[in-house]
Amino acid sequence: MSAQNEIAIQMKEVSKIFYGKTIANDKISLDIRRGEILALLGENGSGKTTLVNMLSGIYFPDHGEIFVNGKKASIRSPRDAFALGIGMVHQHFKLIDVLTAAENIILGLPGGVTIDRKTLYGQIRDIAAKYGFDLSPEKKIYNMSVSEKQTVEIVKVLYRGADILILDEPTAVLTPQETTKLFAVLRRMKEDNKTVVIITHKLNEVMEVSDRVHILRKGRYVGTVDTKQTSVQELTEKMVGRAISLSIDRPEVADKKLKIDAHGLTCVNEEGVTTLEGVDVQLYGGEILGVAGIAGSGQKELCEAIAGLQPLTAGSIVFHGQDAQGNPKAEDIAGRPPMDRIKRGIAMSFVPEDRLGMGLVAAMDMTDNVMLRSYYRNKGPFVDRQAPRKLAQDLVERLEIVTPGVNVPVRLLSGGNVQKVLLGREIASRPQVLIVAYPVRGLDINSSYTVYSLLNEEKKKGVAVLFVGEDLDVLLQISDRIMVLCGGKLSGVVDAKTASKEQIGLMMTHVGGENAAKEDNGND
Amino acid sequence: MDNLVNLLYAAVLAGTPLLFGTLGEILTEKSGNLNLGVEGMMFMGAISGLAGVYFAEMWFGEMTGIICMLIAILASFLCGAFGALIYGFLTITLRANQNVTGLTLTIFGIGFANFFGEIIASASPSKFMTISTGAKAAFANSPLIPGLAALAGEHRWIYWINKLLFSYNLLVYLGIAVALVMAWFLNKTRAGLNLRAVGEDPAAADAAGIPVNRYKYLATVIGGGICGVGGMYISMVTAYGVWVHGCVGGRGWIAVALVIFATWSPSRAIFGALVFGGLSILRMYVPLGIPIEIYDLLPYLATILVLIVTSVRQSKDHNIPKHCGFNYFREER
Repeated sequence: MSAQNEIAIQMKEVSKIFYGKTIANDKISLDIRRGEILALLGENGSGKTTLVNMLSGIYFPDHGEIFVNGKKASIRSPRDAFALGIGMVHQHFKLIDVLTAAENIILGLPGGVTIDRKTLYGQIRDIAAKYGFDLSPEKKIYNMSVSEKQTVEIVKVLYRGADILILDEPTAVLTPQETTKLFAVLRRMKEDNKTVVIITHKLNEVMEVSDRVHILRKGRYVGTVDTKQTSVQELTEKMVGRAISLSIDRPEVADKKLKIDAHGLTCVNEEGVTTLEGVDVQLYGGEILGVAGIAGSGQKELCEAIAGLQPLTAGSIVFHGQDAQGNPKAEDIAGRPPMDRIKRGIAMSFVPEDRLGMGLVAAMDMTDNVMLRSYYRNKGPFVDRQAPRKLAQDLVERLEIVTPGVNVPVRLLSGGNVQKVLLGREIASRPQVLIVAYPVRGLDINSSYTVYSLLNEEKKKGVAVLFVGEDLDVLLQISDRIMVLCGGKLSGVVDAKTASKEQIGLMMTHVGGENAAKEDNGND
Repeated sequence: MDNLVNLLYAAVLAGTPLLFGTLGEILTEKSGNLNLGVEGMMFMGAISGLAGVYFAEMWFGEMTGIICMLIAILASFLCGAFGALIYGFLTITLRANQNVTGLTLTIFGIGFANFFGEIIASASPSKFMTISTGAKAAFANSPLIPGLAALAGEHRWIYWINKLLFSYNLLVYLGIAVALVMAWFLNKTRAGLNLRAVGEDPAAADAAGIPVNRYKYLATVIGGGICGVGGMYISMVTAYGVWVHGCVGGRGWIAVALVIFATWSPSRAIFGALVFGGLSILRMYVPLGIPIEIYDLLPYLATILVLIVTSVRQSKDHNIPKHCGFNYFREER
């Protein structure tokens, strides 16, 4: 066990300041031991990524010293980091799409003028076999799933002989099964006396895989705990700085009215690939319908199809609303663009995944962004800025949006505040149907819980909510029902009160879930 | 058949400067730099290649053809590379907008070449800037290989093969060699792989430990040098070693379009240069009785067609390097 206590990396009073004012890391001192799995825990914006970027040579510290294996190190580029045996798997993969796995792995390495592919493939297969990966060296990156890409990143780091591996939010894009597999690999690396640092804000994963936890809050180091001697509650308190309740409400709404009844939704993309195939959805007012699935299983297409942004190849979307006299009225809105729907009095809101690209205009201020939703109701050639400004100021107060003012471009706001602006604006338009895609991605715990309670409020008002999420724990807690997508097909709909994570995980990888998975294995 | 052979022969000669320009720009774009200054760098190569030989002869007297050839290549390469270096410094180090910088380089290069061309010409006793007959011979197309010439009299097909394969000036063969070496470099070597990575995603290349700026500088500067040699071909071969005002005349722009036609592949650039070379001299070999302007418009029409076809079939493997046109700064958030 002596190797366990050897210190691999020591950071002394390391600081990083951006543009002379944003303090991302403030005098952080910590150590990383050889042969341990260390979790770096902190909310978004707490400086975890900045800190490890200084170890991997992306950023250079403004103050402080870093010691690697007892020697003072100056890591000025990723190349320097490799030389010290430090390898990093970034949250956004640093892979070249048009190259193969093997080409990505040897990128930038010294060696002969030409590439000996045969030997290279052999070496890659050896590493894969040693740690239990599944990887084909000749496959192009653009043909790979997210989990395969991550495997390439990890093999790339190992191939370079790294004995300190840093993984930035490695599980954010994986299914539960893939996560389990990844953790098994990490444990095998630990047995091999490699040091693994994993950055995360998912507490259950910290508990499951790590030996020790370093906690950061607002750019500062707050402490270290042994995983064995801590609890989720304690970690949360340290991370957020105060006690907060971790359970998500699921209010019951008695009167559920069918709002949208869609059948056989089918989309084909520009390359002729069917991205959504014969999916049926029923959205009820006063209900949150969760959507689960591996990234890229048709979630985007489903949302956009219902919102009227994606042309349908086949299928119908029937909206159950009221006519001017208040009598029930049903009409097929498939293929009708959003503006046409607004004219027909169909109030529908869509909070897209890409908040600053599709949701808001990044360079415009809050008032203008709010105005985008209402300007067309103005009469005459001039727009009314008074009402939107008032609404914007209202949102700032009610949702506790941190901004220097409503006249500041929204791109300068942090992720959580951007989401609050977008969600607040959409809710202010009083929708009957609210579609939200990955609403808490990149948000800290506080902002996430604000979003959950906003969604629950809408649900209580009788709004039908479609919630596309990636964290199954959250989906299981907040949704009433969960529909699972797999490769663009509907894998099934489950009751969120009774379903288990494993069951949904299987449905995400096999249409039909458990039974289909068994059949698949039988056929192998 | 004789007509066809003559057309192909002329197409190769007209296509070679385009080939150099295209190859230079392919190398540049592979590093993620969209250098629209090809026309300017070709002009700079045109004047410097000619002036190099002109002054060498003035100072050292007449020299053998091969020395003249080397001087011309070296001078034009260095001058084109110098133009690219200005572009590289502005876009890579100072991170200026690539499009604006490239267009400025074109304007600069045209002015540079015509200015020095006029000055040197008006200073010379004959009021022409021209090189000796001996030097001109080095850039002339070679006659038929002697052994084959005898046979060619008997068999017409031997004459055709000889004419199509073995009877060009040396620069044509140099162009094809550069294309093949570049294809090998990009597809088979480590450095080529790294260069492609830099153009596709410099952040990923950087994270893999590739010195991004060094690759960008080298590719851009060498690419500019190759463009310069293409310009020298125009003043030495096309214009027979005499300075002609505005001699490059838009060929640099066609080269930029050819890069797209060749889908960023040096070997396909050979074919593309042949096609575009053929289109540019078509009116002299295929008289259809239509206005000359319509012939002149053909290369540009073909470019538009290629743009339409390539944008319709979006192939990931035959596309512009993803980060081409954008500058890279590591600490950008």
